[in-house]
Formats: sequence, structure tokens, C-alpha cells
Amino acid sequence: MRMSKIVRTGACILYPLIIIFGLYVVVHGHLTPGGGFQGGAVIATAAALVLVAFSHEEIAGMVRKAFLSAQESLGLLLFIGAGILGLLAGAPFFANILANSGLLFGLPVPPGPNPGDLNTAGVIPVMNIAVGVEVWGGLAIILVYLFSATGGERT
Amino acid sequence: MIPAFVVENSPALMIIVPFVAAFIAPFAGRAKPAVRALVVGGAMAITSAITLLLASDVYAHGTRLYVFGAQAATLAVPQDSGGIPVRIMFTVDPMSALMLVITAIAAFAVVIYSLTSERHHSGLGSYYTLFLLMVTGILGMVATGDIFNFFVFLEILSIASAGLIAFRIDGGVAVEAAIKYFVLSTIGALAILVAIGIYYGEYNALNMALIAQRMQFTLLDQLALVLIIAALAMKCGAVPMHFWTPDAYSMAPSSITALLVVASQASLYGLFRTVFSLYNITLNAACVGWLIIILGVLSMVVGVTMAIPQKNVKRLMAYHAVSQTGYMLLGVGVGLAVLDNQPLLEAFGYMAMEGGIFHIINHAMYKGLLFLTAGAIFFRIGTYDLNKMGGLGHSMKWTMVFFIIGALAIAGIPPFNGFASKLMIYESVFVFNPVLSVIAMVVSILTLASFVKVFHSIFMGPVLPEYKDVREVPGPMLAGMGILALVVIVFGLFPSLVVETLVAPAAHALADQGMYIAAVIGGGA
Repeated sequence: MRMSKIVRTGACILYPLIIIFGLYVVVHGHLTPGGGFQGGAVIATAAALVLVAFSHEEIAGMVRKAFLSAQESLGLLLFIGAGILGLLAGAPFFANILANSGLLFGLPVPPGPNPGDLNTAGVIPVMNIAVGVEVWGGLAIILVYLFSATGGERT
Repeated sequence: MIPAFVVENSPALMIIVPFVAAFIAPFAGRAKPAVRALVVGGAMAITSAITLLLASDVYAHGTRLYVFGAQAATLAVPQDSGGIPVRIMFTVDPMSALMLVITAIAAFAVVIYSLTSERHHSGLGSYYTLFLLMVTGILGMVATGDIFNFFVFLEILSIASAGLIAFRIDGGVAVEAAIKYFVLSTIGALAILVAIGIYYGEYNALNMALIAQRMQFTLLDQLALVLIIAALAMKCGAVPMHFWTPDAYSMAPSSITALLVVASQASLYGLFRTVFSLYNITLNAACVGWLIIILGVLSMVVGVTMAIPQKNVKRLMAYHAVSQTGYMLLGVGVGLAVLDNQPLLEAFGYMAMEGGIFHIINHAMYKGLLFLTAGAIFFRIGTYDLNKMGGLGHSMKWTMVFFIIGALAIAGIPPFNGFASKLMIYESVFVFNPVLSVIAMVVSILTLASFVKVFHSIFMGPVLPEYKDVREVPGPMLAGMGILALVVIVFGLFPSLVVETLVAPAAHALADQGMYIAAVIGGGA
């Protein structure tokens, strides 16, 4: 199932670029189109690319399914943790207590036309990052499981 | 005694606790299975306690709102929103509270049972994650006051259920049942999504109370109503959309089947909530009422006649579940048919609705109990085939007692709870239309006949040589069944008390659209 050297080299060059683009989409979710799910899916396509270019055995030696599965659970716990933050502050569940607080992502949104300030919007970017982590792990583990079925066909 | 924080935030906490536990469970299971059992059992106990607390609060003080992400949990309409409830909210009125009580009791009994019955299976990390997500989905569906949020929880429920139906792969047969369920659920969910799109396009609102207030009953609304009734009637297993139920119910592990019954009741709740709270008297009550009555009568008759020839005990019980759903549709359908006629509603409409709603809670209890006994038998002898069973009454005495309680309750024999709700349905439906009442009674007799046969072939007769070493199931499984059996008996012994405190407020809350709207948007303003 291993592809030609050209494909493998191309995949290696594209792989970091795709991940960086995916991370950009995740982190800028509150400013530009996209968000946690879209960015996480973009990052998972990087996993798909290397899985297609290399064989399943080679990839299985590099990443552990348990790690991806833990990443998925942790992403979801982070998401719900961001919601619980509101409860801890005495507001309802999912209340955006970080917005305009001066803490993490806590600056006020600048008025008028501007290029967008990353350090705004409170828990919304936190939740985007959580969803990004979760979708990254979840889709990657689905792909690894799907590709594990191709291993037996060789020979 | 109970901190005010918990009471105030109970609608959110009942979702948070199972959700967090669902994603801690895989980590806990890696440490030690006993730790996972503690996390899952503890989380479910806390969830049930919070849910019951919320329900009792609603019954005592009226409808509770919980607005997510607002400055205050009860602030449905912010100052700068122009009188529109913009945020996602939970609207827990007595009808929702009743469904919460059902879910809390059944899910707690099932989790106790499940911790023992599934102990020796692999893949338990995902099993409990999906289990808790399923509970979250049901609780969210019945508590939410936002129609898009309803769709989201319905999807959480469907995906978790599909994974759990396929849990025992069983040579691929269980996977086939799960795919069937999942494809049908997706089609249903898409129909609901289209209906939600129609509401949003027409009324610029996703909040159920606001849609209800603006409801015009145009042609588009009729289309949306048909889509929602078709999808949710399919999800609750009403004939002629029942074909997924026998497969899914019989292939899922028994503890999951008991929870799937509750999930079907939650879909039924969604159907009633749409018809009564969104549309109420703007729709042609007699026409839609008769539509639901016909669905109910078809389900009753087809379900029971399909159940009689079954050889697989869980398929048989699944067809009976279809048949019993018919009673609820019949009772509430009669209430809907006379909704725009106050004297008739007072005379028998409310009673029919109360009977139908009472049957929802009774059905969840005795049918859950019956599925758990079927699971207990499978746990010991490894088959669901009635032809291979026999003589188990000698060794599994408690399971037999619980089966008798469940079977007599489903057949409507006093003093069990099925009798109480069925009697209310017979009496009120008889005034509306005697033929329907006669059909309902005949179906009950057939149910009894069917369960007498099942009881005889499982428990009676001499001890079979292949089952001479069979023992009673472990204590926790008996405890799970015991909780449900206790509810069946208590509800059967004190039906008037249950109807007055739990069911009648729910029926009146369902029929009274104005109260539902006023709770969210404020009276008339």
C-alpha cells in the first residue's frame, strides 16, 4: 500500500503546512470563517494524507490509538470545563465570563474596521480550541481504524 | 440541607454530570474496572438525584427556566433583545418533569443492572461513554425549550444508541440492526431539521414558546407538522414506521433495550410537545387527533398480532412495546381530538390524556423490567429462543417473580400499574368512541394470552438437563430489576395519588399552551 517516492516526499512537505493551516483556522475561529470543527477536520486531512502515502504499518508504529482516543476525550472535557467556568463564577452554565475580563482572550473588541484582535471573545476561542483538539483526535482515530483494514490485503 | 447552588443550577447539572463522567469513564477504566464502575454508578446516582430534585421543585413551584450563557439563569428575554428569547434555554414544565422522573428512575435501575451484567464484555470504556451520552440525550430532549436544541439532543441520543445496539456484534447481525436504526434515525432527524428550517424561516425563532406565540398554521406549518409527526412517530416505533424496533430492541444488550424504551418515550414526548405546545388549537384538532388515534390503534393491533407468533423472547417483547405505545397515542390522541371543545375536554379529554401520559411512565417501568428479566435469562442460559427454554422457574425464582410482575402489569391486571392507566384509557375513550375502547381491551387480552405462553415456556415444566446448573443472577442485577418492580407495584397500589401529584399537572401543562408561552416570554407582554 506504500505509494511512490514522489508522493511520499510531497506528503512530507505538505504535512506541516496543512497542520499549520488547520491550527490557524481553529485559533482564529472567532474572527474568520471556520472554527474548531473545521480546523480539526483540516488537521485530520493531514493524517489522511500520510496514511495514504505511507502504509498502515509504518503509521501505526508512529502514533498510538490510545493517545488519539485520550486526545478526543480531553478535548471534550476541556469544552465542558469552559462551560463549567461560568458556573464557578456564579453565572449560569456556558456564561462567557472571560470576555472583557482582561484575562485570557479577555480584551474588549475594538470598534470600527480593524484587522481583528485575537485576544478577544472570552471562552469562545477556548471552546474552539477544545473542539479542534477533539475533532483532530476523533477523525484521526477513525482514519487509522479504517486504514487498519487495508493491511491484510497486501502480499 | 441541599445547597442553593445545586437547586438553582439543577437543569444544567443534570446534563453536566453524565457528560463529564462519560469522558472520564475511559480514563478511569484504564486505571481499574472497579474505578470505572464507581465513576459511572456514582455519576448516574448523582444525575438521578439532581433530576428528581429538579422535578420535585417544578411540581412544587411551577415551570423552571434555565437560560444558558445569560447573566442570570432565569433571564429569558434580555433587555436589548427586543422581547425575543435569543439564547438556548431549558423550559422544564410539569410534563418535562414527569419525563425526567421516568428517565431518572429507569436509568438508575439500568446502570446498577448493567455494571454486573456487562462485566465480562470487552470495550466497556466506550460502552459507558455511550450509555451516559444516551442518558444525557434523553434528559436534554425532554428538558429543552429550544427546538434546534431538541434536534441536537435527538442526534446525541441516536448516535449513542446506534453504537450501543451494535455493542454485541453477534456475527454482524447486531451491526445490521444498528445500521438500520441509524439510517432511519438520520432520515427522521433530517425531516425534523427541515421542519425546524421552516419555523425559522417563517417566524425568525427557534425558541418553542416564541414559535408557539407566533404560530399561524399556514400551509408551510402543516408541512412542518407532518414532517415532525412522521419522524417522531417513527422514532417512538408507531406502526407503520415500527420496523426498526424489533431488530434494534432484540439485538441491543438488554440493559440498553430498557433504556431504548425510555428513549422512545422521549420521542413520544417530543411529538406531544410539538402538537400541544407549538400548535395547540391553531391546528385542526379533530383531524390531527384522529390521525394520532389511528396511528395508536394500528400500533396496538399490529404490534400485538405480530408479537404472538415470535420465537425470540426479546423480539416478542419489542412487538409488545410497539403495541403499548399505541395506548399512549390513543389516550393523548383522544385528548387532542377534543382540545378545542372545553366541555368535552373537561368531561373525558383530560382523563384520556392523563391515562395516556400515565401509561408512558408505567410502560417505561414494566417494559424496562421485562427486558431486564429477558437479559437476566440470557445472562445465565445464553439464548433468547423460547423453544430452547424451560423449567427455569426452579432455579431463577426472583427473576420469575419479576417477570410475573412485569407480565401482569403489561396485560393490565390489578393491582399493577398497567391496570390503573389502561382503565383510565378505557373509560375515557369509551365516552369518545366505544369501538376504540373495545379494540384496546381486546389488545390487552391478546397481550395477556401472549405473556401466559411466554411465561409457561420459560419458567414452567421440569428442569431441563442442559440447565440443571443454572443459578440465580447476581444481586446487583436483581436490585436493578427490584427498583423497577417496586415502582410498578407502588404505582399500581396508589394510582390516584400518582395521578393527582404527577400525571394530572403534566396533562394540564401539556394542554395549556398559554401557560407554556407565559413562562418564557411573560404574560401578555
